[in-house]
Amino acid sequence: MTLTPQSTPEEILAAAETVKARGASAPRAGRDPINQPMINNWLEAMEDANPIYVDDDAARAAGHPGVVAPPAMAQVWTMRGLHGTRTDDDPLGLATELFDDAGYTSVVATNCDTVYHRYTRPGEEVTISSELTDVVGPKQTALGEGWFFTTRNTWRVRASGATGDDAGETVAEMDFRILKFRPAAAAPAEAESASAYDDLDPTKLIRPSASRDTQFFWDGVAAHELRIQKLPDGSLHHPPIPATWTERDADGRFPGTDYVVASGTGTVYSYVVHHAPRVPGRELPFVVALVELDEGVRMLGQLRGVDPETVAIGQPVEVEFLDFPADDDNDQPWHLYAWRAKEAK
Amino acid sequence: MSTTSTEVGTIEVGQALPPLVIDATPTFVVATALATRDFQDVHHDRDLAHQKGSKDIFVNILTDTGLVERFVTDWAGPRARITGIKLKLGVPWYAYDTLTFTGEVTAVDGSAITVAVTGTNALGKHVISTVTFTREEA
Repeated sequence: MTLTPQSTPEEILAAAETVKARGASAPRAGRDPINQPMINNWLEAMEDANPIYVDDDAARAAGHPGVVAPPAMAQVWTMRGLHGTRTDDDPLGLATELFDDAGYTSVVATNCDTVYHRYTRPGEEVTISSELTDVVGPKQTALGEGWFFTTRNTWRVRASGATGDDAGETVAEMDFRILKFRPAAAAPAEAESASAYDDLDPTKLIRPSASRDTQFFWDGVAAHELRIQKLPDGSLHHPPIPATWTERDADGRFPGTDYVVASGTGTVYSYVVHHAPRVPGRELPFVVALVELDEGVRMLGQLRGVDPETVAIGQPVEVEFLDFPADDDNDQPWHLYAWRAKEAK
Repeated sequence: MSTTSTEVGTIEVGQALPPLVIDATPTFVVATALATRDFQDVHHDRDLAHQKGSKDIFVNILTDTGLVERFVTDWAGPRARITGIKLKLGVPWYAYDTLTFTGEVTAVDGSAITVAVTGTNALGKHVISTVTFTREEA
């Protein structure tokens, strides 16, 4: 089931349970075995002069079998690096995606608790596996409404020559607790990604102005629905046209526009890459795509999160709803839609 | 740098650790981020940090863990065997801000010692930590 910002806490918990039920991810090996050069870099940056990390005699005098790695480096050995990507079964990635879908798009780490079972030594090879262990929410926090979730990371070392199912000896375990939240009005900048959309500045963006003919459409965007006007003969039309065929209700008012809710998926029918002039609140260049929806109508919108060089006609896309908090100029949250490349499932 | 180590057997509850003051120059923020293999842009790219709503690049969590460890072993000496580091994260630690670690022994149970550590900067408490370690006998 895919979550939306309208999902109930029960639905969110149920989705989180499925991630929990997957258990621990497959062990992933660090890039390199534990090694002295990385230890030296680390000691230099931290200005840590503890001799047990560099001097065999000092390490032996302190009861170690030889030089050891700083225990706080446990996580360093398995960091993904500059171009690393998460594995498909990584529970932190899965849980993050889930809460992003549910509208809790911002993140801040709240706790990082590590137990060190033993010091590791150069030459040893560590693996990491992770699991989602705890999900609590929704909670009102200073940053906004959010959910706390905890992943447990386990680092293991296999004895040299070990084969088969021997997972290895656990050397360190870390509980990492994150708050995924919907930014409150004027959310403080403390969060690691306090701005939900890196490429957009909601205080400068041009906001939609709804007319009586288009109100249903923008109400739909706010409700995370892509609404397409439906004409009397059942055909669909976009952009919406004045519904001159409707009759006033008994109270003298026009009834709401008849519409269907689009699936939100389609393909790029045409596009332009906008390089100039500057557009308030948007980074240049950006892509504007005319998308042919699965329902047959075409709709314009920004195609975000893509390299303009790689956009292609026929490319599958899906709608993305953008929720902006209230700010100095808006006392209400407001909403836009855009396209994003559809990920292969 | 501080290399004054505490003699085995002299650690008591209530004992204060000598404070450790660290200036987070941009070089420090970037060098520690890279030494911890953390390439998140907010730790090395000021322009992107600004775009994401941060005042400046800021120190990463792996560095907090490393500094808390160093703060305790600077004082406790090479025989200290770190068994656990708990971090509660507070205000960010931006470049150009100075952090002061203070600590106090909160429990001594045989060879197992617990130290409460707080790292405070201009914005407030950046990290509140509990470190446990054992002391190997000579």
